Order: sequence, then C-alpha cells, then structure tokens
Amino acid sequence: MTGSLLATASGLCVVTAAAALFVPDRIRALVAGLGTAAAGGFGVAAGVAAALGGRWSVWLPELLPLAGVRLSLDALGGVFVAVTGGVAVCTALYAIGYAREHGRVVHGVLPLFVASLLLVPAAASVSTLLVAWELMALTSLLLVLAEHAHRPEVGKAGVWYAVMTHLGFAAVLAGLALFAAHAGGESFDQLRAAQLPPAARNVVFLATLIGFASKAGIVPLHVWLPRAHPEAPSHVSALMSAAMVNMGVYGIVRVGLDLLGGGAPWWWLVTLAAGALSALYGILQAAVSSDMKRLLGYSTTENMGLVLLGVGAAGFFAVSATPVLAALALTAALLHVVNHAGFKTLLFLAAGSVLRATGVRDLDALGGLRTRMPSTTVLFAVGALCASALPPGNAFVSEWLLLQSLIHALPASGVAGAVTMPLAVGVIALSAGLAVATFVKAFGVGFLARPRGGQAERATESPATMVSGMAVAALCCAVLALAPTVVLPALTAAVSAVLAGPPAVSGQVRLQLNGVIGTISPLLIAIALGAAVALLLGALRLVANQRARRRARLWDCGAGPMTPRMEYTATSFAEPLQRVFDDVLAPESDVDVTPVKESAYLVERVRFQSRIPDRIEHRLYRPVLAATAALGRSARKLANGSVHHYLAYGFAALTGALIILAVLR
Amino acid sequence: MTALIQVILVVAGAPLLVGMMRQIRARLEGRAGAGMGQPWRDLRKLARKQPIAPEGTGWVFRLAPLLLAATAVVAAAAVPLVATDAPLDGVSDLFAVVALLALGSVALALGGLDTGTAFGGMGASREVTILALVEPTILVSVFALSVRAGSTNLAAIVGSVAENPWAVLSPVSLLAAAALAIVTIAETGRIPVDNPSTHLELTMIHEAMVLEYAGPDLALIEWASAARLSVLLGLLASLFTPWGIAGADVGPLALLVACLALVVKVAVLGALLAAGEVFMAKLRLFRVPELLAGSFLMALLAVAASFFLP
Repeated sequence: MTGSLLATASGLCVVTAAAALFVPDRIRALVAGLGTAAAGGFGVAAGVAAALGGRWSVWLPELLPLAGVRLSLDALGGVFVAVTGGVAVCTALYAIGYAREHGRVVHGVLPLFVASLLLVPAAASVSTLLVAWELMALTSLLLVLAEHAHRPEVGKAGVWYAVMTHLGFAAVLAGLALFAAHAGGESFDQLRAAQLPPAARNVVFLATLIGFASKAGIVPLHVWLPRAHPEAPSHVSALMSAAMVNMGVYGIVRVGLDLLGGGAPWWWLVTLAAGALSALYGILQAAVSSDMKRLLGYSTTENMGLVLLGVGAAGFFAVSATPVLAALALTAALLHVVNHAGFKTLLFLAAGSVLRATGVRDLDALGGLRTRMPSTTVLFAVGALCASALPPGNAFVSEWLLLQSLIHALPASGVAGAVTMPLAVGVIALSAGLAVATFVKAFGVGFLARPRGGQAERATESPATMVSGMAVAALCCAVLALAPTVVLPALTAAVSAVLAGPPAVSGQVRLQLNGVIGTISPLLIAIALGAAVALLLGALRLVANQRARRRARLWDCGAGPMTPRMEYTATSFAEPLQRVFDDVLAPESDVDVTPVKESAYLVERVRFQSRIPDRIEHRLYRPVLAATAALGRSARKLANGSVHHYLAYGFAALTGALIILAVLR
Repeated sequence: MTALIQVILVVAGAPLLVGMMRQIRARLEGRAGAGMGQPWRDLRKLARKQPIAPEGTGWVFRLAPLLLAATAVVAAAAVPLVATDAPLDGVSDLFAVVALLALGSVALALGGLDTGTAFGGMGASREVTILALVEPTILVSVFALSVRAGSTNLAAIVGSVAENPWAVLSPVSLLAAAALAIVTIAETGRIPVDNPSTHLELTMIHEAMVLEYAGPDLALIEWASAARLSVLLGLLASLFTPWGIAGADVGPLALLVACLALVVKVAVLGALLAAGEVFMAKLRLFRVPELLAGSFLMALLAVAASFFLP
C-alpha cells in the first residue's frame, strides 16, 4: 500500500516533468500544476500510510550501478513525506496561476524537485540517500535560477546556494562514507547494527550534523538561505522553505538518534546550542529586515533553530535516561516541523501574490493592500498569526509542548541540564517575542494603512488558482491550530520509530502530557475567545450608541491632509529593536551632505543610507573568501602559458606519486 | 461558576481600581481628584457617543478593540483569582494566559498601524518592542514558579503555594515575584515604562496607539486596559499571597471571603503601585531594556535558586 502510493507519486512526478516539456505553452502551467498537485496528494497518502503502520521497503538493484536503489519508508520518513506532499499540493495549485510566464524547463524541473524531496526520507542506504540528496540540490538550484535573465542578483544567489549546498553535501558524504566503511555495508540496517569506535562515532556525527544543518539553514551555515529564498520564484521559495529545509532536520534525527543510536550528551548540547543560536539570530535579522521574502527566509532559520533545539533536547534527554521527556521534546520538534511547513507555505505564497501584483518586495514601498487584495490580506494574516506563536495559531501549540519538555527537565537532568534548560526557555521566549514584532511589522506595514508607493496603489487581487493554493495551506494551518490531535498518532509513531518509550502526548480535544503534568486545549482557547467576542458585542448592543459610524479626518496636528510619506515604514518600525540590539546587529549608516556651491553652510541635499549586513557573513565568510581568492591568484602564477612548464609539472607529479608509492609499499 | 464570578468581579472592579489609583495619586500630589467612580462615568460618556471611522481605516482597526477586550475577559476567566480549582481547564495554563494577553496587545498594535498615522506606527513599534523584551522574563519566571508545582497549570501553582504558605519567603519566590512585578508594570504601561496620563508624542506608547479611537471603541480599550491591570495584579496576588483563596468545591461563604480577600489584595497592590508612581519619573524609552534585562536576570537567578536551593 505505502509502496504503491509512493511509486505512484514519484511516477506522476516524472510523467508530469516529461509532459511539461512537450505540451503547448497554453496549457503547460495547468498540466504541470495539476500533475504535481496529484503527485503531492499521493505523497501525503503514502506518508500517512507509512506513519500509521505500513512500513515498506524495497531493493531495486538494476536502477543504480554497483549498489542499487534501496528504499524504505518508516513512520519517521512518512511524516516528512506527508509534509512534503502537502506543501507540494498547495504550491502546485498556486503555480497554475503564478508561474504562467515561466519556461518549459522550470515547469519540468519542479515535479522532479518534488520527487527528490519525496525520495530523500524514503532512502534506506547511503548511496540512495546521497543520490536523492544531490538530485534535490541540483533541481532546486535550477529552480532558484529560474528568473536569472531578469535580475542580476539571482545569479549571485545561485552561486552562493550552489557552493553552500555542495559543501554540505561533501560533509554528509564524508560522514556517511566513514560510517559505511566502519560498518562494512551501506544499507541503513547494517549501519544500525554496526559497532563503531567512539572517535569514529564523534566524527560521523559532527560531519553529518554540519552537512544536514547547512541544508536546514542553521547559523552559521545559513548564508545561502536569505539570498536564495528571495530570489527564487515564490512557489519555489515555499517548497524550499517549507519542505526542503526539513530534510536537514530529518537527516540529523535519522543519523544521530536512529543510526548512531544516541551517543554522548555533548553531541546534543552542541545541537541544542546551534538551534538556540539560529533561533535568536534568525529572528533578530528578520525583525530588522524590510524585504518581505528575506524576512520570511530568516524566519525559516529561526523556526529550524527551534526545531533543532527540540531535537537537541530530545537527544540529551534520551542519553541521560529520561525517555518521557525525550519523547515529548521530539514530538514537539516534529509538530513544529509540520506547523512551520503549513504557515511558511502560506506566507511565501502570499508574499508571491503581493510580488505578482506590485512587483516589489520592499515593505517600505507597500501598504494599503487590505482594500486592493482582500483575500491575500486575510490569508497572510492567518499565516502571520500562526508564525508569531500566539493562540489560536498552530505554532503556539508546538512551542508550548517544547517549553513543557524543557521546564520539566530541571529536577532530573543534572548540572548541565540545570544551566542549559532555563537559558533555552529564555531563548525560545525571546525568539517568540521577536517573532511577534516581526510579523506585526510584516502584516501591519505591508498590508494595512495606505499605499506607500505607486505600485502598491495599483495592486489587484491574484487569480483564483493562486488564492485556492493559499486557502488550502490556510485550512491546514487552521486544522493544525485547533485540532493538533489529528496529527498526533502519526507523530507518536514517528517518535517511537527512533526512541523507545510510551507516547508523550495524548488526548482528543485537550492535549494531555503523559508522564508529566500539563494540559492545554487550543480548541477551548479559540472557543473562549469567540464567546468573549460575542459577549462583548452583545454588551455593546445594550449600552453603546447604535448610530452608523461617521467618517472622520485622521489627526494630522492641524497641518492639512497627511501624505503617505508621513506613514511609519518597516524600517522606522524596527528602529527601536535595532537600537536595543545594536551590538549584535552592527548596523551601518552613512550620511552624505552636499552643500550648495556658493556657501558651505547651505545644504543642497542630504543622502542618508542605512543597512544591516549579515554580521556572521561579514566576519566569517569574507576572510575565507578573500583567502581563497588570494590562493587562486597565487596559483595562477604557475600557469604562465609555457608548455615546457606544464610538461615539467606532469613529470614532477608522476615521479612524486611513484616515489610515495615506493616508500609506502 | 468561579469563572463567571471572576469575570463579573473584573468587569465591575477594574475601572474602580483605576479610579482608586488616580485618586491616590491626586491626593499625594495635593489635588482633590475626581473620585473613584470617574472611570465608570467616563466609560458611560464614551459609550453614548457616535462611533467614528477615521479615513482609510478598515476591519483591522474595528476589530482590534473587540479582540483586546475579549482576551482580557478570557484571561479574567482563566486565572485562578478566587478559587484554586481551574476555572477553565485547558486554558488556565500560565503560558496560555501570557500569550492571550500578548494577542490583545498585538491586536491593538495592528489597529494603531492601520490608521497610517505616524502616532499609530510609533506607538505600535514601541509596544511590540517592549512586548518582545518582556517575554523572556515572564517565561523564565514561570519556569521558576512551576518547578515546585511540577506544572505550569496556574491552578496547580497557586494550589501548591496555598498548601505551603511559608514557601513564599523562599529566594525562588521572592526573586520571581520581583521579576514578575517589573514585567507587570511594563505590560500594563505604568510608570516608569510608560505614563498613562501623558499625551506627549516623545514619551507615550499606549496612548499613541489609541489616538485615533473614539466613542464606544475607546470605551472598550479603556476598560480592557483597566481589566488587564486588575487581572495581572490579581495574578500576582494569587501567585505570591494566596491567603483566603477558596479551594476546590467550596460553598458560597468561602467564595465570598475569597472575593473580599481578592479585592483587598488587589487594592493594596494598586495603592502601592500608585504611591510608587508619585515618586518616580518615566524612564527614557531606550533605558527600559536595561530595566527588563535586570528583571530577566532576577528570573534566571530564581530558576538557579530553585535548582540549587530546593
């Protein structure tokens, strides 16, 4: 059952890709969109079937020389396959209206990207995983470059993405190759049974952690993410941000908890620290960013950081013999993966809808979309509510679970836990607070008030296909927010696939924690809020004035009608936060004063420029890039065009190799 | 049942609390004052005015006061103020209550942004900045308080303190109380974080956001601000001095005593707050983060104390 569903999904992807290349331009978007959406639907079914007990595996020796393709879908992989499928359905529906102008290559590659995303969690051997991983990297790179002819920045973003993703690939390859060499086989079953020396285990874990974390956009390996996400077409951004980065988390859980089976506590404290750092740094950059898609990209770093914090906590609890909390933390992390996929799909698609209508991503030039794009505004509001982790949003539930797992850790986890857990709670709280600020800014400045520029003034609502793609995502968010218990059986099965122990959370309307005390009912919170609003409306009817609202002038200090230039912008909105976190962000500003020719005291114009560079990129990557460039320049001296020199190099290399062989043998 | 009593108490009492605090300030500053009932009279006057729709505002602007007031009502029903049995089981978790109050602030900030005026944007920006910085202190204090009870359920925390009143004097409790008190002041916009009686653009936060509201909308906002203040003071009273609070399933007499105790405790806290405000000036906006960092440090010390001094 699981196998045939997954095979149908992958087959549909390939067929759609082929069809997109050959059908006429007129119906290409429709064919590609419907085919990919159907494949996504089958992906959801396969994932759910696998998570609810239909474990499935297959070995196809003919497909790949030497090793063959080994696939297996257990509950953990099933959760990720289902999430990918869901994201694919929304983005493919949306793309029917959004991607009409794109060429045949983009339409053909998108289903292949979805297929690679479905295959990564189903891979059951090192070679299969690496092939699927590389396919995912290549197809996503092609999609990121889709609009390279229109904007020069796209090419630059593509280079960053290509380099970072392949460095990550090299790290994963090195780690898993070492693992397979020690295990004497490369299927996951053999790896699971292997007995590695401690040093090798540490190296395997760290190498794969680095590789997978770079895919998840974890600080300091996140630099590709805020570049590639804004420059990719928005439905591709949604797929990358909501489905692809999850594969990094999947890899860490699969290798660290499942294949290596736990390990030392410090592994997981490192993971937890990386997650905490990413959560804080990501949301801080998002809070001061005024590019809507860049902001969403940094928010992905934040959310993946929170997930990794949960995974780190789960690993730490698992190796320090508190299985109840380990299961709780991993459930919270996986639920956050699902929730994040829901709201980030919605937000990126809504941002794409705004981009289509206005052509700008800069929040400082937007505004006033509430009346011009009512559906997009409401849908973005739903996504923003979910992303800011307030009730009744879905991220509130997963962050609540994560906090519960950390809070109950104190008595049991020793000094390391006693120092880490309060700080982790502080980090989650600060990132939740900053997320509120970020999304109030994104929604309030981007959609409300009056337009700040001509393009926003002329915006019109997007076509029905795009709105329906967003509406499906919003519906998923609403279900996850009000009834998170519908996904709990699948998550519980996924957790028990890697950790032994009883299910951590149960319940129907109320979420009930098992083993520790704690209950919450998201549905009841929503009902209580609705009842309170109804109560207040009734009270207002009784006592308040019932006349119709009178239009009134805004308070403009008596200085005449206000122009849009007097509105608060995203930059000014974030200014207090920027000042508070001045030392971390290190903003750069220059003021350029041009005096009038006749007098130095009369100013002709003043130019003010302020930007907040990614500090980690500046401090960490610039020196490395400069050193690499210097090395390249000095190596160029060797290639001076003389054939004699080149022959001498060849001769020297050959003799050198022979001498080394002679000495070693 | 207790939820209903609490909502009625807060609905009726919150404007009186604000009136009392204004009266205390007035007397300490040598003025006669308008009397305790003045906020209620203001609310009645505002509710009878014709509602207005400032140009360019939309549904967000209209919904914001309703949502703000609704979160205050739900918080009033969910926090154990008069009895320790959880009034709304599944909602009365400390995190949920904190997040609900934050939702109210967010609604009002969006309402301020929807006007498109510089005042609205400025107030919203400052409000969410403070909200973001307050969050870590609240959650870490909650952590410290929940260690003893083994849960973040408010009823469980209050119940565990009620059973063991001397635990209030432990370092954990004192540090967490200090941290939460600072946070309460920041959340409710009192001196030294914000001045509720100013209308100077350089200093105001809350008042800048609500500048465009008038009539019944403004009445809702004014009432909700007062209700948030009463709920947070009541929560502080229940968390740290749960004397007189009724247990689960008790008769009407015990509930009556609990109501009286609550009124007295909140009145004392409000009087202290009002008296303190007379002797203090508002902090510069960019000094507020230092105050909040201090409160975060206290909360962290409280957690450390709960681990090392059980």
